[in-house]
Amino acid sequence: MNVGLEHYLFVSAALFCLGLLGVIVRRNLLVIYMSLELMLNAANLALVAFSRFNNNLDGQLMVFFIITVAAAEVAVGLALVVALYRERQSAHVEDLASLKL
Amino acid sequence: MDFLAQTTASGMPVLLPWCVLLLPLAAAVVIALFTLRCERLSSALSIGAVTLSFAGSVFLFFFAGPHTTDVPEQKVYWLDVGAFKVSAQLLVDRLSALMTLVVTGVAMLIHVYSRAYMQGDLGFARYFASLSLFTFSMLGIVLANNFLAMFIFWELVGVSSYLLIGFWREKASAADAAKKAFLMNRLGDFGFILGILIVWGILSSVGGSTQFDALRFDAIAQALASAERFEQFAPWATLAGLLIFCGCVGKSAQFPLHTWLPDAMEGPTPVSALIHAATMVAAGVYMLCRVIFVLNVPGSDAMPVIAWTGGVTALLAALMAVQQDDIKRILACSTLSQLGMMVMAVGLTPLQLTDTDPNWTGPAPAMYHLVTHAFFKALLFLGAGSVIVALHHEQNIWKMGGLAQKMPWTTGTFLLGTLALCGVPPLSGFYSKDSILALAAERNPGFFAIGVLVAALTTYYMTRLVVVGFLGNSRSETATRAHESPPAMTWPLRILAALSVVAGFLGIEHFLAQHFNANAATHAVPWWELPFAPFNHSPLAAGFGLFAVMLGGSAAWALYRYAASDPLPEKLALLSRAMRNRFGFDEAYAEVVAKTQDALAAFADWFDRWIIAGLMVRGAHGTTELLGRALRLLQTGNLQTYAFFFAAGLVLVLALVLFGLHSH
Repeated sequence: MNVGLEHYLFVSAALFCLGLLGVIVRRNLLVIYMSLELMLNAANLALVAFSRFNNNLDGQLMVFFIITVAAAEVAVGLALVVALYRERQSAHVEDLASLKL
Repeated sequence: MDFLAQTTASGMPVLLPWCVLLLPLAAAVVIALFTLRCERLSSALSIGAVTLSFAGSVFLFFFAGPHTTDVPEQKVYWLDVGAFKVSAQLLVDRLSALMTLVVTGVAMLIHVYSRAYMQGDLGFARYFASLSLFTFSMLGIVLANNFLAMFIFWELVGVSSYLLIGFWREKASAADAAKKAFLMNRLGDFGFILGILIVWGILSSVGGSTQFDALRFDAIAQALASAERFEQFAPWATLAGLLIFCGCVGKSAQFPLHTWLPDAMEGPTPVSALIHAATMVAAGVYMLCRVIFVLNVPGSDAMPVIAWTGGVTALLAALMAVQQDDIKRILACSTLSQLGMMVMAVGLTPLQLTDTDPNWTGPAPAMYHLVTHAFFKALLFLGAGSVIVALHHEQNIWKMGGLAQKMPWTTGTFLLGTLALCGVPPLSGFYSKDSILALAAERNPGFFAIGVLVAALTTYYMTRLVVVGFLGNSRSETATRAHESPPAMTWPLRILAALSVVAGFLGIEHFLAQHFNANAATHAVPWWELPFAPFNHSPLAAGFGLFAVMLGGSAAWALYRYAASDPLPEKLALLSRAMRNRFGFDEAYAEVVAKTQDALAAFADWFDRWIIAGLMVRGAHGTTELLGRALRLLQTGNLQTYAFFFAAGLVLVLALVLFGLHSH
């Protein structure tokens, strides 16, 4: 079987949708966080695939940036989750409805 | 500032007419702003201003040559926007000089009289301020050299008339009368401004030259004389003439807007004398004479309408006067009737076929009657005021009587005024009325009959007034205690009486005829022939005029000589009641106005309640609130809902971009 660009993109889209689904339906903040990472990596996969099939390194360059930024983001995000848990004694999104008056 | 010291070609200082015009205004402003609390000073200011103004108009009269002079002579514009030019010049010619003289002269006498008449009134200073404002506005109408300036002063006169009719504003009837007069006048003025706009619009659009100033009287006259512009104007001539005449119908209280004048008698009597008899109501006739070249053009049907309106007013008002009991209302109806005669005379003015037609004298008879009428009607009103003061504000003639011995000066001058009004030779009224009758006899026997009938009725009601109100025995307690008024009131009466007697011999008609047509064949008759001139000139009119006087006078004398109450209601049951109610015009108008106003108000109420408040205000408010409530449901505060909306929105946009928009 010859693996083409469409296959990569299909996997990438599936990963992205799963991540999005996780963000929308899961209750736990940490799981939502992991789902977010899944979405980022779905994008990374697509970029790498494009880079490979177009013979252009720009996509891979972008992926490295994304990984770096994601790492920084995880550090900040996890710190926020921990701080939030200390404040509210909960990591569930239903309990974080203070945006509504 | 050097133009202030300039003189015109005829040697008249430029300042002179401006002073005549502005002095009364200055007095009004000073009184209103500074001296409302000083009664003597206020009246002195007002009387001083009008006296100086009168002195100025005497000079003006001698400077007024046969030609029209605009002062200052170089064109000065108050407004200059394209074709819309309003000049700020005063017009001095024989017509305006004569009218200025009459206005300031009568106004001066009435100012002096008012000082005694209004003694002790709470609004003394306010009264003089309004009177001065009126004098200024009236002079403005007379001296205006263009339609717009005339219209502005026209409205100012309406305002001052409103202020003075409603002078005793605490009295509900006076306030209502003032309102009525103002609204009736506004009706007429609306037509007037439309007429002005038509004349301006038509004449300024021809030729496309913005240099042409289509509001100025002389420019309009010139334009209508040129064939090209006249051709443009001809289809509009009737409409424009009738609309301009509307202004006169309102101001001169012609049928069907005549009902305000009898009610205007709610004002102080000197005001009735000055404004509602001698000057302001005559402004309509003056205006018609001033713009006769717009009305009296070939192909225009405005003139017959004017004549008929005047004739109908004259006859109706004379009939009304026959059965009035209030001395001022009799005089008011008589004023209406005489104004009707003047308007009729204007309407009967023949077409000027050639420039050199020596028999064409324009509306000179109407202006002539206006001048003499100003004298004797002011005299009659002031006499009535003198009686009213002596009887402690009793105005019913059936409660007067026996005044001849107690108030000799008032009675004597009133009698002279009556004779002049009736047209007894050799008093002025005979000559001016005769010139109208002669014109009517020449033009149309129907109008001649109206004129003679009105003359007979005039004599009838004036004889009734004098016989019942002044002669015989006192008819009430207050009348027995009447006494002569102070000299400040009787002197104006004497002067006006003298003027009423001699005004027929001053050559006013000749003077006016010369103004309207420099080639007029009327020549100054030597003074010894003057008293008999009408009999030589038009024996038919003079004879019928005299006959009418004798008929009316003897009928009233026979009926009222020994009457204790009015015998007419028994003899002419229904007709008499109709005359007494002034033919029910007031009631009919009240009915019509009430009906239309109620309907209009009901519609406005419905519109406001359902369309404005219901549909627009509540509708806008309801839609916004409903939308807000619906959108509020989206704001759940739940992070994941927002994430879902965000994702859904993204999908929507993507779908649109990829499939929706791209496919086009």
